[in-house]
Amino acid sequence: MYRDYLDATSWSAAQVLLVAMLVVPAVGAALVAVLPERLARLAATGFATVTFLLTIAPVFARDGGWFSYSPERPAVLPWTDVNLPWVPALGLEFHLGVDGISYPLVVLTGLLTVLCCAYTRERSLAALLLVLEVGILGTFLALDLILFFVFFEVVLLPMYAVIAGWGGPERRAAARKFVLYTLAGSVLLLLGVVTVVAEAGTGNLIELTSANLLPRGVQVLAFTLFAIAFAVKAPLWPLHTWLPDAHTEAPTVGSVILAGVLLKMGTYGLIRVGLGVAPDAAEAAGPVLAVFAVLAILFGALICLRQTELKRLIAYSSVGHMGFVLLGIATFTATGVQAALIGNVAHGLITGLLFFLVGTIKDRAGTGSLNQLSGLRERAPRLAGLLAFAAIASLGLPGLAGFWGEAFAVVAAVRVGGPFWLTLAVLAAVGGALTAAYFLRLLRQVTHGPATPEVRAMRPAITGTEWFAWAPLVLLTLAVGLIPALVLSNTALPIAGLLVGAP
Amino acid sequence: MSSQSIDHLALLPLYAAAGTAILALLADLFAGRRGAVIGVTVLGAAATVAAALTTAGAAGTFCTPEGACSWVPSWPAAVTAVLFAGLTAGVLALSVPALRLGVAPAGEFCFLLAASMAGGVTVAYAGDLITLIVGLETLTLPLYVLVGLRRYAPGERVTTEPAAASVTFFLISVISTAVALLGIALNYAATGQVYLGLLTAGSGQFERLAGVGVALLVVGLAFKVAAVPLHAWAPATYDGAPVPIAAYLSTASKLGGVLALAAVVTRLEAGVVVAALAVLTMTVGNLVALRQARMVRLLAWSSVAQAGYILAALALGGPGVPAALAYATFFVVLELIAFGAVVALRAPGADGGRIEDYRGAGRSSRWLGAALVLAFAGLAGLPPGLAGLFAKLSVVEILVSADWTWLAAVVVVNAVIALAYYVRVSAVLYTGRAVSSPRVPLSVAFALIGAVAVAVVLGFAPQVLFDAVS
Repeated sequence: MYRDYLDATSWSAAQVLLVAMLVVPAVGAALVAVLPERLARLAATGFATVTFLLTIAPVFARDGGWFSYSPERPAVLPWTDVNLPWVPALGLEFHLGVDGISYPLVVLTGLLTVLCCAYTRERSLAALLLVLEVGILGTFLALDLILFFVFFEVVLLPMYAVIAGWGGPERRAAARKFVLYTLAGSVLLLLGVVTVVAEAGTGNLIELTSANLLPRGVQVLAFTLFAIAFAVKAPLWPLHTWLPDAHTEAPTVGSVILAGVLLKMGTYGLIRVGLGVAPDAAEAAGPVLAVFAVLAILFGALICLRQTELKRLIAYSSVGHMGFVLLGIATFTATGVQAALIGNVAHGLITGLLFFLVGTIKDRAGTGSLNQLSGLRERAPRLAGLLAFAAIASLGLPGLAGFWGEAFAVVAAVRVGGPFWLTLAVLAAVGGALTAAYFLRLLRQVTHGPATPEVRAMRPAITGTEWFAWAPLVLLTLAVGLIPALVLSNTALPIAGLLVGAP
Repeated sequence: MSSQSIDHLALLPLYAAAGTAILALLADLFAGRRGAVIGVTVLGAAATVAAALTTAGAAGTFCTPEGACSWVPSWPAAVTAVLFAGLTAGVLALSVPALRLGVAPAGEFCFLLAASMAGGVTVAYAGDLITLIVGLETLTLPLYVLVGLRRYAPGERVTTEPAAASVTFFLISVISTAVALLGIALNYAATGQVYLGLLTAGSGQFERLAGVGVALLVVGLAFKVAAVPLHAWAPATYDGAPVPIAAYLSTASKLGGVLALAAVVTRLEAGVVVAALAVLTMTVGNLVALRQARMVRLLAWSSVAQAGYILAALALGGPGVPAALAYATFFVVLELIAFGAVVALRAPGADGGRIEDYRGAGRSSRWLGAALVLAFAGLAGLPPGLAGLFAKLSVVEILVSADWTWLAAVVVVNAVIALAYYVRVSAVLYTGRAVSSPRVPLSVAFALIGAVAVAVVLGFAPQVLFDAVS
């Protein structure tokens, strides 16, 4: 029924745009891989920039679908979509679309890739970043379950190569752990996807979300598979153990992409696929998911309090932050899912910035051990200031991006009511307080005190490239903190569609 | 009974393939130049491809009045015949450097390879069990010789490995054929049928006998695809054989076994046996592959495991056959790339060597490294090896839709195990310093480029294949 208005012969500009979002970085990656080193870096940034501009553009194509509000309004109403048959034998359609839920993440992906491509000096690394971008954007754009799975898989090997090729001393083990863990997750996703498609007879996410097509038994099976698959990716405690190793060993840009957008594939998948395809099971599984989410928040925070390695600390803080996101989703309320969406974006901005900063500190000081770092404020006041800003944003200071996601995840849990959810909300709030504790501990240790020899040996200046990579993240952290509507303005209807199923 | 009319047009692919073998022999006899023999064989393979494609969908021949035919030019048959011809040409191209060194006599080599191709074509088109077995034997028989065909230059260290591999392969293969034949005979005794389209389960007092016959037949054919526990010959044989011949064994020869099994399970109930073989094959294959230190042995074990995925689809019987054929097609193409890259990275005529020997190879030979990574990614079922991804997807999908989710779960768990060793080998290619890169012979480059092109095209347009094999 949605194919009717999509005549293959007359492509609208917006549809070309969707396909171009994937084609441009793919072509870019191929070109960058063969260009000479000097030119390659420029080309990579150029292609990433063009893609970034393309990712911003769909917002202008929005009005068409937005007001066509009718009784048969489907639960997912993409601003624009493109649907071509690809492999009918497998029920695979090349169906892309963007709506209020995916749009912020799509833009975030475009932005972070530009920043990382500009930041990196390695040709092959830049090419891999562009390949990663194809996979991540494809995952966020896919409106076909099997296509979603295909793109979900695209990022595995490039990310492995990024960690194994440019990482720290223990990179091989970390990369292997990353790839095996996440493949284990994604094969469960494969089983879930195939189960759903076999049962419903379609992989079209619009149809699957609009009409609750699956019997309850299948929903439970599918949601369980999805939940575990996405919990590995997000990652949710206790399936998070690959993350600290991967982050600690990954090169700076790898960490930024990993934390900034790769993890979001898990939470986004849980919202788009988990809630969309198996809403009944998702609602039923909410409490279980919420318990794990709160445990993730608490354990993440407690581990962070004992952490002595800079990147590892930020990695574990990600576990806690993603816990808040999952708690929001688990409440199965509009507030909760909105909190999850903004939490996603905020975490992408702030943790992206944090990884840029600690990566730089680690590279320049030659150590990431907190014991050997102190007095950064004396040696490099600007860097220390930025770190303080990012840390404070991350601990959820009101007025900065991190606040909304965490506060409203807790609010959503309280609003669900009952002693169970209230307890969870209180525990999550305690976790939030612990977050403040460990970030302040981090700041006290790193920025204050007498400068250690390692810190004294550091180069204090921030280069132009670094400013270029960091400034947008700083500004956006502020902007999203002050105007959360930047992320949330178009999410109310799609979320209502997800939570209610067919109208 | 009137004399049977034979449709020679439908037999064209076989004439082309068998003619290739004879022409190769004659070319060697009269021209005596290596180039001429190789050229004739490649042209013959091309002619076989053309014949298969033009006769696809034609009516069968050697038919009974009831309409059962011994020679069935269906589309899947044509596709697999094309694969056999393509693999033959590819393996020949990979062998050219070794032939140029005089490691094996070109005339005999080409004749045997073309004869094996004729066997493969026969298997593809076979419409009854007898033709099937004759085809399968014609496919395998030349390989006993090819595995052991190794001449040594004066002063070169003579090893008996190829001979040992040849004898192992010969003994196992003969026994498996005998078992399969016994199975056919028992089944025939019980049901009176040999035509694939008419095979039925036994009834009445012969039910047990027919069942035993089917089980023996499946077991006999399982030897050919090296299914666990009937696999032990494969790694030893692959490692002892010249690398291009190992490539042929793990692609064309395995494809023959898969086709034969597919023909049998379509009509006869063997789900339990095949499912058990599938689970064992993929699990054992992957677990043992984890510990391999030699390249060809690793590829051999991985190809054992891959056969397990194909068997999983075949366990469903008829409905699983298209998925199995699609998987087998994707698999042989990727496998040919892997072996081709190994041949290109090694000195002409050398064996596969240890995995350690490939340290840094991806840095020095960027394209070969990329091809090998593409093949490994595909075999692991991950992008950028899209062909492999769709292969896995088709098997998992058919299993889940047939409510065999548990077997699908075994398949995907194995995919995770398999990734561990594919990643390990791929990583070795990019560790350490770049080594001096070998000059890739033109013929090997052609074979590799061709195989990669096929893999990429199938990766983006797999529907072509799915249409053709279903």
